[in-house]
Amino acid sequence: MSTSSDNRSFGFETRMVHAGHVPDAVTGARAVPIYQTTSFVFEDAEQAAQLFELKQYGNIYTRISNPTTAVFEERMASLEGATGAVATASGMAAQLVTFLTLLEPGDEIVASSQLYGGSITQLVHTLRKFNLPVRFVDPCNIDEWEAAITPKTRALYGETIGNPRGAILDIERIAALAASRGIPLIVDSTMATPALCRPIDYGATLVVHSATKFIGGHGTTLGGVLLDSGKFDFSRFPTIAAPSPAYHNLRFYDTFGHYAFLMKARAETVRDTGACLSPFNAFLLIQGLETLSLRMERQTQSALAVAKFLEGHASVAWVAYAGLPSHPDHALAKKYLPKGPGAVFSFGIKARAGEDVRARGRKFIESLQLFSHLANIGDVRSLVIHPASTTHQQLSDAELAKGGVGADLIRLSIGLENVEDLLWDLDQALLAQSR
Amino acid sequence: MGPGPSIACAVTLNSALTAGQQKLYQNPRVIQRLLRETRTIAIVGLSTDPQRASWFVGNYLKNEGYRIIPVNPKADEIMGEKCYPSLAAIPEPVDLVDIFRPAAEATAIAREAVAVRAKALWLQLKLVNIEAAEIAARAGLDVVLDRCVKMEHGRYFGRLHWGGMNTEIICARKARLR
Repeated sequence: MSTSSDNRSFGFETRMVHAGHVPDAVTGARAVPIYQTTSFVFEDAEQAAQLFELKQYGNIYTRISNPTTAVFEERMASLEGATGAVATASGMAAQLVTFLTLLEPGDEIVASSQLYGGSITQLVHTLRKFNLPVRFVDPCNIDEWEAAITPKTRALYGETIGNPRGAILDIERIAALAASRGIPLIVDSTMATPALCRPIDYGATLVVHSATKFIGGHGTTLGGVLLDSGKFDFSRFPTIAAPSPAYHNLRFYDTFGHYAFLMKARAETVRDTGACLSPFNAFLLIQGLETLSLRMERQTQSALAVAKFLEGHASVAWVAYAGLPSHPDHALAKKYLPKGPGAVFSFGIKARAGEDVRARGRKFIESLQLFSHLANIGDVRSLVIHPASTTHQQLSDAELAKGGVGADLIRLSIGLENVEDLLWDLDQALLAQSR
Repeated sequence: MGPGPSIACAVTLNSALTAGQQKLYQNPRVIQRLLRETRTIAIVGLSTDPQRASWFVGNYLKNEGYRIIPVNPKADEIMGEKCYPSLAAIPEPVDLVDIFRPAAEATAIAREAVAVRAKALWLQLKLVNIEAAEIAARAGLDVVLDRCVKMEHGRYFGRLHWGGMNTEIICARKARLR
């Protein structure tokens, strides 16, 4: 153990509660103050002009930056091992800001087919309006990734833990493929959080999160964040390296080095789309971060107990949780998520031949007493949903099949309740649906 | 949200140096002392173009109260400061020599910095020249490689944090008024 204070690398839990916030010199307030203000007074006209030209660090307007939001951003960067972060209004906004910052019309994305349904619709339908075509690949098949890359491909995209079948992204291999082609790998790590896996450690360039889920952790707050490893050479990316007409032909990569992507994302994309996080939401997300590893460890332990229970239950056809040896990605989960592959997984109820499996799923969900039926994950309360009729219902049958979402699939997000109570609830609902 | 009482984690992000070289040439204690004690900074390769990185850095440091002396043989005046063709031509003492020239030129600049009795030699981000570093270090100068003076100032004086960047400063003590 080092005793010198200038070379200590503090641990994860210390960063959860301290990173990004030094008590201020005037008040010494210990909790992070909420700067609920739209705008910030300039020192003088010269300073104002310099702030607008990005020549000074400072706050102008909360759509671009805010001192409360900055604490959330730096804390996330510290936890992910990133060079910095930009917070956004939601996870969908974080993803969109990342693509709009990185890509130009005509650029292509290669993405895992096992993504959150909302991500798939954003990639397929919204990005198409910007002429940003996407090719989907089986995330577990490295040959498919490689074959889908064309000279126009400018980003690879996947989820650490795929939604909803729990496929584990082989980050190291896909990052190596991306690096060999000079393309950044973007990882949505919402389901893992940095408490379980830090994609940058395995070579990911950019990480995005829906902070709404486990980071906030209490089902109170929408938010997102994008993070940059600071290790990618953007000199061949015109969007980051070429002169910016919005800033008198400023060359962001020349001027800001490893901060260039984040500066662009903040000063151009978030500024122009308005997809910023509110300071109050930033405060709530910070409160969530302060207990992140404790919640993730307990919820992941409980998820494994629930998954084992379901796998052994007579009314259950299958369970897809990478923490179980029966999951095809169990070995990858052990490598990338040694504390367990998160607290969200799916399973299917057994049905007799010719029986309507959707009706059984509906009856099961309606019989549950402790699991809340809603469209979210990562709450301290346990949650349940039937994706084929909710989160994924806008996908075609073919898209559903490619994403591994069958009509029988039920997704659980395990919370902090007493695990015996959760098992009781599932057991009684499985019994009710079988009658 | 200013700096704590000079306590920071090891800043190992975004460095081309080995761990051993980081200890020698990116020492947070040395960097903080330089930022605190330096008054006069000669910027070798300061551009006349206000959209260049060197201009951003020089302008920032001038705003923070440092005396900036531009070294650029192709200009007479930059940011209202008289410009000199070389370090040797500067008629006053220089505390810190900040280099914005290609790394290969740093060896000769290091010799000049030693000759004019500068107290420190600093090569900007992505500039690594171990020979130059050793020349300066042997003559007793403090040396920093592959770091940006503006970013480091922003890191320790709370400004970089405002942009959501990872300063690696972790401290539970009350920040000090500057």
